[in-house]
Amino acid sequence: MEAVIFFIAAIGAVAGAIGVVVARNPFYSVLALIAHLFSLAVLFLLLTSAFVAAAQVVVYAGAVMVLYVFVVAYVGSAQEAKWDPVPGQRLFAGLLAFFLFVEISSAVLSSGLRALSTHGPDVPAGFGDPAAIGNLLLEKFLVPFEASSVLLLIAAVGAIVLAGRKRESSEAGGRNGRLTGGGVTPSGHSAPKARPEGVAPAPVPPSPSAGAPR
Amino acid sequence: MNIDWYIVLSALLFTIGAIGILVRRSPMVILLCLELMLNAGNLALVAFSREVGNQQGQVFALVVMVIAACEVVVGLGLIVAIFRRKLPLDVDDLRRLHG
Repeated sequence: MEAVIFFIAAIGAVAGAIGVVVARNPFYSVLALIAHLFSLAVLFLLLTSAFVAAAQVVVYAGAVMVLYVFVVAYVGSAQEAKWDPVPGQRLFAGLLAFFLFVEISSAVLSSGLRALSTHGPDVPAGFGDPAAIGNLLLEKFLVPFEASSVLLLIAAVGAIVLAGRKRESSEAGGRNGRLTGGGVTPSGHSAPKARPEGVAPAPVPPSPSAGAPR
Repeated sequence: MNIDWYIVLSALLFTIGAIGILVRRSPMVILLCLELMLNAGNLALVAFSREVGNQQGQVFALVVMVIAACEVVVGLGLIVAIFRRKLPLDVDDLRRLHG
């Protein structure tokens, strides 16, 4: 029974991964990645790690993939050109990937890990459930836990900086365009430009009041 | 199932992700293929943690998930910035670092 579930989930994971690489439209790539992540969550459940599986579904397939879908919808699905910029690129990529697969597999399977061809040891009932992982995170791995939270904060601030500064520069470019005249650019860009100027003062006053209840 | 099946599957998924990074040219799909490779690493970590009978590998997998989320946020911010500057979303056209 376990073998049947493993092979179904493994086929789903590999098919999802191939779908990510093959699909021309990035939207379909994202959908294939979601299928791949659900199959991986089943594999994690088979490996008795319930909390990692739940986090995979909630965080990855829920939050991160929604972010991807938003960006794909914003940027639009541009089709790639079908020619290779480097001649024989796909052939060399396939060769390298094949040798990489052979190398990783042989390196791991021929290592001296004796328990590799077993089921692993028998584990107690609470192995990998949220209580056990939470105990580990808050006792033994407290410093990596806090470091990863700081890293998440830095990434969020960095994303805001990356996406926000361009708006100012494009705004300045729009003003220059308006000053120099030209009938096409103001009419095309004035409507999106006017919105940040009107909205930008609004979020500033609530921030002290939002900080006060804490 | 024996643990080596999981390890071989993880190697296969990592390889598929590597093919995607080498072949595709849209930066968004390259980020997706990076996710594939990170998830293959996650699968190997969890499989090894089951093999040893120790839960610390699962904590490593969670940290890898956090790193992947950070990488996605910054990468998608870069993609949005590229799109706003009306540059082509193609890694072969984005060879020079001019601002």
